[in-house]
Amino acid sequence: MVKKIYFQSIFFSFFFIKEAFAAESGGMPQLNPEFWVSQIFWLILTFGVMYLVLSKLILPKISNNLESRKSQILENIEAAEKQREDSDAKLKEYDEIISKSKLEANSIFNQAREKALKDIDAKREVLDKQIDNEIAEAEKEIDALRKNAPDKINKIAIETSSELLQKLIGAEVNNSSISAIVDDLSKRNGDKYYGN
Amino acid sequence: MAANPMSQFDVYRIGPEIKVGAFDISFTNASLFMILSTVSILLIFNLGSKKNSILPNKIQLLAELSYTFVSKMISDTAGSKAKPYFAFIFSLFMFVLFCNMFGMIPYTFTVTSHIIVTFVLAAFIFIGVTVIGFIKHGFGYLKLFVPSGVPAVLLPLIVVIEIISYLSRPISLSVRLFANMMAGHTMMKVFGGFVISLGIVGGWLPLSFSVALTGLEILVAFLQAYVFAILTCIYLNDALNLHH
Repeated sequence: MVKKIYFQSIFFSFFFIKEAFAAESGGMPQLNPEFWVSQIFWLILTFGVMYLVLSKLILPKISNNLESRKSQILENIEAAEKQREDSDAKLKEYDEIISKSKLEANSIFNQAREKALKDIDAKREVLDKQIDNEIAEAEKEIDALRKNAPDKINKIAIETSSELLQKLIGAEVNNSSISAIVDDLSKRNGDKYYGN
Repeated sequence: MAANPMSQFDVYRIGPEIKVGAFDISFTNASLFMILSTVSILLIFNLGSKKNSILPNKIQLLAELSYTFVSKMISDTAGSKAKPYFAFIFSLFMFVLFCNMFGMIPYTFTVTSHIIVTFVLAAFIFIGVTVIGFIKHGFGYLKLFVPSGVPAVLLPLIVVIEIISYLSRPISLSVRLFANMMAGHTMMKVFGGFVISLGIVGGWLPLSFSVALTGLEILVAFLQAYVFAILTCIYLNDALNLHH
């Protein structure tokens, strides 16, 4: 119902509008030549002034601004490119130096190692000789000691046994007879004592 | 405002009647909006060109974007030879654009909705282009009417058609702009009248149309200025680079 009234009111109002327009219509004002000359005059005046100001003052300035910005940007880009090239060259140089010094360090290290190895070898030889000598000497000493050991022991045994006998018996015993017994014992048991 | 949709195009005197000889050059509402348009153009572009910073501010960007827009349009359609006419085409485009756009503000007057204004512009362009053509090519400019590669039998007919189409250029150029502006504004006025007469109950429908039309008309205002300028470039191209 409300919808119907709404559309009806729209529909009917069109008639009133038509009447309202019809009452006042008087053709196109554009075709009325009354102010044509005035419009032409003011058009030429305003457009002419605007054209002159734009072309002589403003547009050259804008184009100048654009040009200067363009050239500045180009310059900056060029400078940046140059700097990049420079830095690339420097980087290359740096890499070269690094690789060179690495090689150098390697060779120095190798040399040092060889030298050290040689030194070590030489010292080792000397030390080996010394050690061998010392071992030989010590072995000789040991041999000498070992050879002398039974005699000394025998001597000690003889002296000890003669003193023991003297204290036990109270009489002097002939050293030669004791030594004969000790010799005999040591010969029999020598292997057991010295392990040879 | 009267309900008549055509009354918005009425020209009326502002101030006293000024007469030079037999001619009435009184200051009218049309003159007022011409002056408003040109002054605002000069103001915007003067502000936009004052400072030259690497990072442009908004108004500078606006000026420079319009500059590059028009200069690209000219170089695309008329080539590098059209460079000396850049200032004229730029002024033309800006003038038509600003007059159209000022017309979009309610209660204003649209300068370009008057056939006499657009016709004077178009006639000036037509005469200027013809003069440039004859200066550049002499009578060779008449070759424009004789397209190459046309069979001899058809040639008389083609030449007549070409001459008619050439002579109708100022008319088509001026009527296109004037008719677009007038039709758009009339339509908006009619829908505005519907809003008032239908009132609070039924006015919403034409109001929504009116809103949509306003967007469309702003587009048309820009587009017609662009078309006007680009057609000028094309005519200029014919005169500068004779292709036929």
